Order: sequence, then C-alpha cells, then structure tokens
Amino acid sequence: MEDLRKDYVYDLIDSGKRIDGRGFQDYREITVERDAIDKAEGSALVKIGDTAVLVGVKVEPGAPFPDTPNLGVIMTNAELRPGASPDFEPGPPGENSIELARLVDRGIRGSEALDLEKLCIEPGEKVWMTFIDIHILDNDGNLIDAAALGAIVSLLKLRIPTERYGLTGDDMLSPRETPVAVSIIDVGGNFLVDPCLYEENAASSKLTVISNADGTLSGLQKSGNGGLKQEQIEAMIELGIEKGQEIREKFLVIEG
Amino acid sequence: MKNEELELIKDGKRLDGRGFDELRPITIEVGVLKRADGSCYFQLGNNKAIAAVFGPREMHPRHFQDAKMAVVTYRYNMAPLSDDRKRPGPDRRSVEISKVSREALDPVIIKEYYPKTAIDVYVELLQSDAGTRTAGINAASVALAAAGIPMRDLVSSVAVGKIDGEVVLDLSAKEDNFGEADMPISMVARTDTITMIQMDGRFTEDEFKRGMELAKQGCHQIYELQRAALLDKYSESVEQGEK
Repeated sequence: MEDLRKDYVYDLIDSGKRIDGRGFQDYREITVERDAIDKAEGSALVKIGDTAVLVGVKVEPGAPFPDTPNLGVIMTNAELRPGASPDFEPGPPGENSIELARLVDRGIRGSEALDLEKLCIEPGEKVWMTFIDIHILDNDGNLIDAAALGAIVSLLKLRIPTERYGLTGDDMLSPRETPVAVSIIDVGGNFLVDPCLYEENAASSKLTVISNADGTLSGLQKSGNGGLKQEQIEAMIELGIEKGQEIREKFLVIEG
Repeated sequence: MKNEELELIKDGKRLDGRGFDELRPITIEVGVLKRADGSCYFQLGNNKAIAAVFGPREMHPRHFQDAKMAVVTYRYNMAPLSDDRKRPGPDRRSVEISKVSREALDPVIIKEYYPKTAIDVYVELLQSDAGTRTAGINAASVALAAAGIPMRDLVSSVAVGKIDGEVVLDLSAKEDNFGEADMPISMVARTDTITMIQMDGRFTEDEFKRGMELAKQGCHQIYELQRAALLDKYSESVEQGEK
C-alpha cells in the first residue's frame, strides 16, 4: 500500500503535478495564531495545511552554564505526540523528535535571535532559562518549518516574568533576528517546498534551509537516504532563502 | 560562544600552523578488531575513532526487518574518557549524529542484496577534538568495505567552517568553539554526491560556496587515503592467497 502510494506521488510529480494541486514552489496555506497559550511567556499555534504545531516558551530563573556565566540559556524540546499520527508512539524522544528540536534550536542559536546577554540576571549566579517546547498536534508533513516558525513567532514578544520572581529589569524581549526554516524535498530531480506527508515519504532526500533577513544562512540539514549534487544544494538554498523571505514578510514583522 | 579576544588566525596561519585549506594529519588502519566483520581505526588530528561493522546478520527485533532490503543501523558513541565533560551513554547529540551518519552511508550500501537482515555499524570515539562525526563516518565507510558489504563507493567526510571571517577546512576544537560557523559534509568523492550536510552558525551564500569547494577538496584527499588503506591491507592478503 505504502509503495503504491509512493509510486503514485512520484509519477504525479514526474508529470509536473502535486497531489493537492499546488505548484512545486507553493506552500500550503499557513495560519499563525499568536499567544495561543496565556500561561506561556510566548506561544504560537502554527498550521501549514493540515499540519498543526503548538509552540510554547516558558521563562524562569536558573543557574547559567559554568563556561558562559553571563549568558541566558535556551533549551528546545519537541514532542511528537502519539495523537498526532498513527506512526508516533508514546515514550522517550526518538531520533526524529530530537533532530527536529535540535534543528529549530540551531536556527535560533546560529542567527543569535535572542540576545543571551540580556537574559543574564546576575553573572555566574542566575540567568533566565528559556524553554522552547514544541508540541506536534497533527502531522501532515513538514513539521520542521511549522515548528521553527512557531518558535520564532513565540519569541517575537517574549514576556520576562520579572514580577513573579521578585526581580527587576526588562519584562519584554524582542528577537534581533528572524530565522525561517524552509524544507525542500528532492523527488526525481524535482524540488518541492513544503512537502505534505505523502510527498515526504516519496522523497529521496530533504534539505532544510534556515535563513535570516539579510539572506545569510544560520542552519542547513539534509535528511533522508538520497544524495545531492552541489548545484542542487545551491539551487535549494536559493529557493529556501526566497521562500523564507516571503514567510518573514507575512508573519515576522518585528514591531518597534 | 564568540570570544572577541582570541585570535584564531595569525599571519595567514591557523593556531596549529595549518593553512586555510589544510587537513589535520590522518592515520587509517584497517581490520583492527578481531571479532567484528569489518573494522577501521581513523585518526584525524587528535580525534581517535574506531568503527566496527557486523552483518549482514539477522535483524532483531523481527518487526524492524525490511522484507526487501537490509536495514542499516548506526551508533555513534563518545567514550566518557574522550572529552572533558561527556557523561556515559547516549545523549541527544549522539542520537542526532547517529541518524545523519547513517543517512550519510545509506546511499552507497547495496541493501537489496540482503533482505531481512541488519548491517550494524558501531562507532566509538576514544578521543575527541572537533570533527568527530566526520572521523566516525570515514572510519565506518572503510569498515563497511572491510566487512565485505557490497557498496557503490566509499563515503568521505570533513567539516568546513568560518573563523575570524575566513572559510577554512577541518576545524580544530578551538576553532569550532570560538569560530562563527561549522558545516560537516559527507560525500561520495568520485561523483561529488553529497550524502550529508549540516550547518550551524552563520554563512553567507558565497561563504557556503567557498566552504563547499574546500570540503570537496578535503573529501577527495580523504578518499585517496581510505582507498590506499584498504588496498594496502588487502592486496597483500590477495597476493599471499589468503581469504
């Protein structure tokens, strides 16, 4: 069954079509609900087609790492909830959820979106710990783009709970940069952005391109069992930067 | 994290005296473990990696079997003694590295020959000094060949990065910690097919292209060394009529 569907999707793409009628470079409809969870210091519910990802950011004081005493801490975690797909099982995180979380984390870290120095309360003693929790609600493919968008939207106006902990200082932090992840799959030499689940399964490889407002890259990751040529990767990067810019203009305007 | 005071390049040379496009010294030894079906020791500068390959052998548990082809597993593990602050056992980093390393090698293994079996690759880092995943993949690729697993080609791997604004080949630990970007790459050197690419930090598109060229050049050099090590080991036994 799985193979039949793979062949069908492959043949369709080979003839220039996608199962939902989109163009190869079109995203499904993206909706972003900001501050979806009151209890979190920042949150967003992102839907890309039928894929739904909820991201929440919690902020609390904690001890800094010994080698970076004056920097706040970011920790990113992803949970592929069993309710989101018959393929997800309860239990400790597997390699896919770890890869997802680490990739989102690298995008934010590499772009230096958060000014970690501003998250320092008392050097060597106390800093703000920022926990980015990615909750997959429904998986119809391209979890990475949805999760990365949810994470950076959640950080757009991050509340710092100074009052609750009897501390002083800024109670709001805005990011310096807006990294956007765009995943592109290779299906028989065709490049498709925003793959749905069936397309993801038919792809030989996927490249996730995380880019910034100035067109620099702050993350790349290939996954899947296929190989890619340098020219192909370069073309994918260019496409990723272009698509990333479109998403940024729509959802990631940093208000002064 | 960045440290503005530490100079990583002085007079056009890196801290360890290398030029921008120079690899650290490499040692490869084939067949270093008795019990494994194939094994390889790969040293890259201060990185010491050992790869052991078992299989094709029966896949357990059974429900992980693939009726059409072999299943490749890959375990990357840093020994607790390999670094300053490594706790024993798998952590999130090793899980991710194991995944991308498996995917780096998967495209060259002809899995269709051995349905329902497992080909298990175990990589141990005895000492680490930046570039461990690339050293592991290089070791694993040779070990797979030494185990007699049918392969389309060898995979070679190296990292490139940016230090003090320059794109350089094969980052050392200091360069990785204080540099601005890191991009490990694996490729089938003979066809320039990239089977793994990761990147973190910050690169412009031009820097990415420059990094790619350096990585290609590095992988070509490593490929020749991997090939030579295998030939060296087995041409002798063929001549003497062993195996």
